[in-house]
Amino acid sequence: MGNLIPFWFIVIAVLWTGFFVLEGFDFGVGMLHSFVGRDDVDRRAAINTIGPLWDGNEVWLIVAGASMFAAFPGWYATMFSGLYLAMVLLLISLIIRGVAFEYRGKRDASQWRRTWDVALTVGSLLAPFVIGVALGDLLHGLPINSSQNYTGSFWELFQPYAVYTGVTLVLICLLHGATFMSLKTTGSMRERSGRLARQVAPITAAAVIGFAIWTHVSSTGTFFLRPLELLAILAVLAAVWLVYERRDGFAFAATAVTMASCIVSIFVGLYPNVMVSSTNPAYSLTVDNTASEPYSLHAMTVVVIIFLPIVLVYQCWTYYVFRRRISREQFAAPDAAAAPAPSVPPPSVPAQPLPAREGPSNATSGTPPPARSRWMRGGRHGRKL
Amino acid sequence: MGLLRRPKGARVRLDLARWQFAFTTINHFFFIPITIGLAFLTALLQTAWHRNHQDEYLRLTRFFGTLLVINVAIGVVTGIVQEFEFGMNWGAYSRLVGNIFGAPLAMEGLAAFFLESTFLGLWLFGWDKLSRRVHLLCIWLVSFGSALSAAFIMAANSWMQHPVGYVMVKGKPVLNDIWAVFTNPVFVWGYSKVLVVSLTTGAAVMLAVSAWQLRHGGDRPVFTKSARLALIVLVPAILFTLLIGDELGVIEGRYQPMKIAAAEAQWTTCQPCSFSLFQIGGGNNDQTPTQIIEVPHLLSLLATNSWNGKVVGLNPLQQQYSKQFGSGYYVPNVFIQYWSMRAMAYLGALVLLISLWGLWLIRRGKLATSRVFLWVAVWAVVLPFVMNTAGWLLTESGRQPWIVQGIMLTKNGISPTVSTPWLWISIIAFVALYGTLGTVDFLLMLKYSRKELPPPRAEADADVPVPAVQY
Repeated sequence: MGNLIPFWFIVIAVLWTGFFVLEGFDFGVGMLHSFVGRDDVDRRAAINTIGPLWDGNEVWLIVAGASMFAAFPGWYATMFSGLYLAMVLLLISLIIRGVAFEYRGKRDASQWRRTWDVALTVGSLLAPFVIGVALGDLLHGLPINSSQNYTGSFWELFQPYAVYTGVTLVLICLLHGATFMSLKTTGSMRERSGRLARQVAPITAAAVIGFAIWTHVSSTGTFFLRPLELLAILAVLAAVWLVYERRDGFAFAATAVTMASCIVSIFVGLYPNVMVSSTNPAYSLTVDNTASEPYSLHAMTVVVIIFLPIVLVYQCWTYYVFRRRISREQFAAPDAAAAPAPSVPPPSVPAQPLPAREGPSNATSGTPPPARSRWMRGGRHGRKL
Repeated sequence: MGLLRRPKGARVRLDLARWQFAFTTINHFFFIPITIGLAFLTALLQTAWHRNHQDEYLRLTRFFGTLLVINVAIGVVTGIVQEFEFGMNWGAYSRLVGNIFGAPLAMEGLAAFFLESTFLGLWLFGWDKLSRRVHLLCIWLVSFGSALSAAFIMAANSWMQHPVGYVMVKGKPVLNDIWAVFTNPVFVWGYSKVLVVSLTTGAAVMLAVSAWQLRHGGDRPVFTKSARLALIVLVPAILFTLLIGDELGVIEGRYQPMKIAAAEAQWTTCQPCSFSLFQIGGGNNDQTPTQIIEVPHLLSLLATNSWNGKVVGLNPLQQQYSKQFGSGYYVPNVFIQYWSMRAMAYLGALVLLISLWGLWLIRRGKLATSRVFLWVAVWAVVLPFVMNTAGWLLTESGRQPWIVQGIMLTKNGISPTVSTPWLWISIIAFVALYGTLGTVDFLLMLKYSRKELPPPRAEADADVPVPAVQY
């Protein structure tokens, strides 16, 4: 086998991308669940759209971190020790968010649930922001000395490009989460998710366009945008259009492509560096001066080639199993776990036009609009803006 | 690796980094054995339901499945901290050995943790969406994934205790045989021990919950079944814990003689060696503690598997290490070693006695009515946790002053540019967070352990899918 170092850089880029495309909508749902959910039942339903999925999605982050450790120990050591307090912040947000999912429904008290709602919202907001700042820092450069150690302070991490990357990722997560919930819910929740998506979409689009240009300027000297940056811009514009057209499925696909192309463009911009030194370009960490020895890379290549496809198969299957929309009614009983959930698929009756403006009656209405199959697109039947 | 003169601040940072790692790891390992053990037991319960269609096994599966999930949540999030800490606090270590130590961690994620997490979601939410057979497979994959995950972590940990499969290139260990890492005798025995310890812990939890329910008017026939299952798993698990622990002691004694000598506070070489049940005094500054009740030949037996085996004392070892690695102090904390070894062994024996008592009651058909036993069984749940913690203290503190035995000293492994305030901030944050969440987890476990069983299903509903568990 030839030089595996570039291959492992690609693996790590793929893992980070997979993490953001998948966990990105979990973050979005986490941030938005209080806005989409008018009451506790709604919020439960919103959280349950990602209930079976988020844990498996988060593993992408863990594998990405461990792969950096194994394949590029120098990169892992410098990044995690240099960004020390940012990492603490990231860990705290991942922890409170992770347990919030599990603990929120375990007590039937509104104060308890609101507390975990806040934990879920804050955790889901901070995590992508901090990772975004970190990725932006990698590309834009940090004070790193000749022995590959970070010499700056905590606040030096928050340079403009890094903060902008963090904000952009949060905005993409928001839109990604909103399109995911439009795809996965019914009735008034779906309507509110769609409205949130339409509100967020233009802001996200502006941020992504700015991000593509800034990334381009800071990592290359050429005038023309590279295909990936162009793809990010086209995808986010397509997402805006599809969100307004209420094509839930395609809008979600477009936000996924937006997320993927933004993350990949950071890694493409980095290569062959992995952490740029602003102290002296000669001190920058590169794939070559941080990589593991060939034997280790070889051993791990065998493992990743065998297992990553298997993981993809069973994760895809999970998405297939949980493909149905979730409706508020499934959670209307005081204890949904005790009440049998409807096991028959929601009837795919021709959808009725959604109410022109969502009235207060809708949140508590006993006869909400019938649930529709995910394959029926709102754009055909839904109200025009 | 020579001793460098370090400024005073480095000492503080080393201590803080070690305290932080010890604190987060010990906490993490409260939840891991429950997860591995309860996942296996829950899978057994669901298999029983699958085979004989008796409703009570379904009810038990869902009851104990809920307890499992409460723990998995916190086990997972505390695990992320562990992975990040190597890079955050132990940067020099990560840089030096990442090519070896990192490999099992990456493999763990790919091969095991993905499996466990994905299928846990499928199991929880898939009750009404999957066929019964496939759904049963999900819980078995969760159980398998959690056990496999521990295998990779233990392979990495065992490499720190006894490095194998590498060559030194310019002062840096470079992996040249991955199979050696997974056939390391310390790994084979250490991992076996983690598995049986996890079963012990999971079974002790199931026994305690069942016993509490039986004492407080829970459904008697149903919880008698779970108490019996727990005991049937507990007896062999604790027996093997003691036997494997003994063999692990012999193996670690071979590669880490300091660890075993310190566990007996054996300063001078002895042959044959006796084992003291207790001692008064002792520690690194007191080489002549008062030893109480010495059992002849027992230490020889424990440390070498032979009646007249020789155990080299700490003083000769210290001389030998100074010659081999340069001047320095190579004796681990003797107080911790001596007492954690005893806590582990004595509590293990106590768990064995309690479980044998339970087994005897099963034979006499009095398990559900012996109130004394049920009371003891509830409180016995504390024992495995103390035992596990003592076991890890023995293993990890006994490795000191090395971070990788014979290759790198712990003090040389810390991140050079992580400052004392950063360490303080992170420690305070983790202690506050773990304290809060640990308490919440404990209270939720109590609450859900004391809940009534999920109601039985009516005859007519027997073929309708079971409702999914939802958040």
